[in-house]
Amino acid sequence: MEEILTHFFADERGEPLKVVGTTVERSDARGHVTGRTQFYEDVSFPGMLHLKMVRSTRHHALIKHIDARDALAVPGVVRVLTHKDVPHNWYTILRLIGVEPNDEPVLPEDRVLFLGEQICAVLAETLAAAEEGASKVVVEYEDLPAVFDVEEAVKPETPAIKPHGKNYFVYEGHHCRRIRFGDVEEAFSTADHVVEHRYQSAPIEHAPTETTGCIVKPEGSGRFTVYSNTQALFFTLDNMALILGLPFGKLRLVGGTVGGGFGGKVDVIVEPIATLAAMLTGKPVKYAYSRHEEMQVSSPRAAERIIIKDGVMADGRIVARKVTLYVDAGAYSRHSPYGTTKAAAHMPGPYAIPNVHVDAHCVYTNRTPSSAMRGFGVTIGDFDLEVQMDRLARMLGIDPFEFRLINAYRDGDMKAHRKIVEGAALVEVVQEAARISGRTLPDRFTQMSSLTRETAHG
Amino acid sequence: MRPSIVSLEVNGSHRDFLVQPGTTLLAALREALGLTATRKGCETGSCGACTVILDGEPVMSCLCLVEPLDGARVETLEGVATGPDELHPLQQAFIDGFATQCGFCTAGMIMAAKALLARNPSPCREDVIVAISGNVCRCTGYAAIIDAILEAAADLRAARPSRAA
Amino acid sequence: MARLRGRGMASVNYPTGMNLGGDPSQALIHATTTGSFVISLSSVDLGQGLKTIMAQIAAETLGVPYGNVMVDTADTDTGPHCMGTFASRATHRVGNAVIMAAKEAREVMMQVAADELEVDPDDLTSDGEGRIHVVGSPEKGIGLVELALAAHFKHGRTISGRGIYMKPKSDVDPETGRMDPDSAQAHACTVAEVEVDDETGEVFVLKLTNVYEIGRAMNPAMAHQQIVGGAWMGISHALYETTEPYYPDRSHGPTDFAGYLMPGPGDLAEMRSAIIERPAKNGPYGAKGIGEMTANSPIPAIANAIFDACGVRVDEMPITPERVLRGLDALRGTPA
Repeated sequence: MEEILTHFFADERGEPLKVVGTTVERSDARGHVTGRTQFYEDVSFPGMLHLKMVRSTRHHALIKHIDARDALAVPGVVRVLTHKDVPHNWYTILRLIGVEPNDEPVLPEDRVLFLGEQICAVLAETLAAAEEGASKVVVEYEDLPAVFDVEEAVKPETPAIKPHGKNYFVYEGHHCRRIRFGDVEEAFSTADHVVEHRYQSAPIEHAPTETTGCIVKPEGSGRFTVYSNTQALFFTLDNMALILGLPFGKLRLVGGTVGGGFGGKVDVIVEPIATLAAMLTGKPVKYAYSRHEEMQVSSPRAAERIIIKDGVMADGRIVARKVTLYVDAGAYSRHSPYGTTKAAAHMPGPYAIPNVHVDAHCVYTNRTPSSAMRGFGVTIGDFDLEVQMDRLARMLGIDPFEFRLINAYRDGDMKAHRKIVEGAALVEVVQEAARISGRTLPDRFTQMSSLTRETAHG
Repeated sequence: MRPSIVSLEVNGSHRDFLVQPGTTLLAALREALGLTATRKGCETGSCGACTVILDGEPVMSCLCLVEPLDGARVETLEGVATGPDELHPLQQAFIDGFATQCGFCTAGMIMAAKALLARNPSPCREDVIVAISGNVCRCTGYAAIIDAILEAAADLRAARPSRAA
Repeated sequence: MARLRGRGMASVNYPTGMNLGGDPSQALIHATTTGSFVISLSSVDLGQGLKTIMAQIAAETLGVPYGNVMVDTADTDTGPHCMGTFASRATHRVGNAVIMAAKEAREVMMQVAADELEVDPDDLTSDGEGRIHVVGSPEKGIGLVELALAAHFKHGRTISGRGIYMKPKSDVDPETGRMDPDSAQAHACTVAEVEVDDETGEVFVLKLTNVYEIGRAMNPAMAHQQIVGGAWMGISHALYETTEPYYPDRSHGPTDFAGYLMPGPGDLAEMRSAIIERPAKNGPYGAKGIGEMTANSPIPAIANAIFDACGVRVDEMPITPERVLRGLDALRGTPA
């Protein structure tokens, strides 16, 4: 167990506490070890239908025709739902906090934008019948050129894959989320060294052991109870009501016990269509992702490409940092416009850099839409920033701990997004990590504190 | 394709139930018998969440068709506790050692561990690692689970010294 | 044909709370007639332990034993609004809402106790073990069961409270990016020690040393769970994981855990960690979010350790054996 080092910030700790700060048994542990914990999938209802999606086999294509006759002939198949059944088909999850436009159809109308996109829903009395039915729906496509690379996507000559005519999210008239602080070009011109590197990540799956899903039960009251493993019940409920054209009070979501989320269960994909199916059939409906769907169709952590250009002085001070960041949002916005702003806000990392320029692009491509994941907007940026920091320290011949301390932000500094730093503790975690890993720092560095900044540098 | 009646001994009780051809042991446990402690994580044998003990051996129940198992003995997490208020040492060790987070892999972990301890009451760390190497946990980083299983093994040996190796 | 050893470090910060705010959460608390306290929420526990932490916060604020608090979540009919579990917001937002609700409930509880004991409520204290008594006179007091029964059946009062927490929404200046994105920042520094097999390109993470500053470790054993589990995910992200191994090409995507690579129980690193607490002024008992950030500093620390070990700088995640080997080949001047 971790040692809690109470000698740091001792006079900010306040009154001693009795329960908070102590180790008590997890209240859910007994349920977990006996198997009595109830996850959403542990409820079942007689007559429940299973929903299986017909999915796009193309990256980008027009849907010319859908023929579901053979699917409907499969014993047990009850109905096939298409976009025509969805009352308000276009949405974007974050419209609840003012993000627009509605850029995603619940079920696509005339085109698909990624491999695996759900096209129509087959409802059947058993999962096996639903799967067989889905395999027998014939979709005729006309392939369109697909774009997979973020920098390719934002070129003016690249055809737009989105209805709003651009392959990027528009931030108040700008093609990216901007941070402008000081003057990086001026600082680069006076810096001892200017260093630029490109970094790239690939999409990452949340891989919760429980896949995303829900079970919807029509109630005698005319309401619908939705057993769901969403990470955000009301976010889901509100989006569902808007999609389905239902009064909010017709919906009740039950959940709160989830077999791992990591951000993968904040999208609103399974609940609206399953509830629509329950509305149209009057029967309980289950829509659960297979592991294959969870891996390849549910939103991953976005791939990011980040170019960092730094101006640094021989004594170790970083005087300018220019970050050009591309978030590969995939085919639809989901939470990416938010995550891209969060990524911009995170720059230039926990360092006091007087000149910062950030262009953070939220880019659409023909791949599985990405969305939130643990460390959203930050995890990949931190990889890039800290590898860059290591490069700079080595180039200058400065110890990596000392290099962080030279540049660490302190209370009272102004961040690039113009918020004054308070509650800083980067100096202390670096000092302590150096100490316990056996690296002895010179006095100048052990005497540093997040509370103050030395008046004369060095 | 007609349904058939399958008989299993599940957690010490004789159970007869009707299944469709192609039904897995996992589906039979969860849907026909209402034993939901056994979790469904992938249905391809890649996550271990559905691990149960079949005739003394740990198996992934999503990979076993249930019809050929007629007459077999199956143990699930529901049968592990030694009494209504008395947990098995593995269960207690998982609680005390903070070896659960979301809890979805826990059933499979405990069943894999129970099968291990039945054949090897004094496992070394490596034995435990091998025993749970088919079980995915996305939350804990495994260390607490391994420690809890070793702790439970020690508790079991202390409680039943005559059976210790 | 050697295993090359190296060390690298990285330091990070991580924001607590939904970016830009505007994300309220509510909590309701009521006492049963027998002195238990029920917290009603619509907040989600993903395994991070929200149910436990909220009960600890309520017990602390109410001044009652942890065992007297039950958390009822999540049902949108019975639980008041919560924006959701994401953005390291649950402990911070919901925790603050629970404190507000618990303070209101405690005020009623203390008033009823004062009426029962015929003293001024300001003269009373709770012992945290189920009794309210006069300061300095533990014998002049009343137990929770008696108190709750009296409140309901004698005084006709409900020991209950309502809580909400919201950081007002910050708008971003589109030209400069001026904004107030976060409620607090947590901090971490990781030192990684690795070995690189110069023949196969495989990387073995031997040890991670982490120091975290998280405001307050609400439940140290559960903070430990986040640190260990997050570090494991960091190793996994750094070296193994992707759904698109040939990104931006879409081919060869894994479809289950047989193809989606992660470290197994036999691939763990030795771990040593310490926690620093600088309580956040706006955090519940100073808490900042720790759940999300724990994968972040291990990833670059491992990348930097790989460079230290073998001189290969991999700028792409994940750092697969193939990428390391291609880097080694380039250093040796041999064709990839």
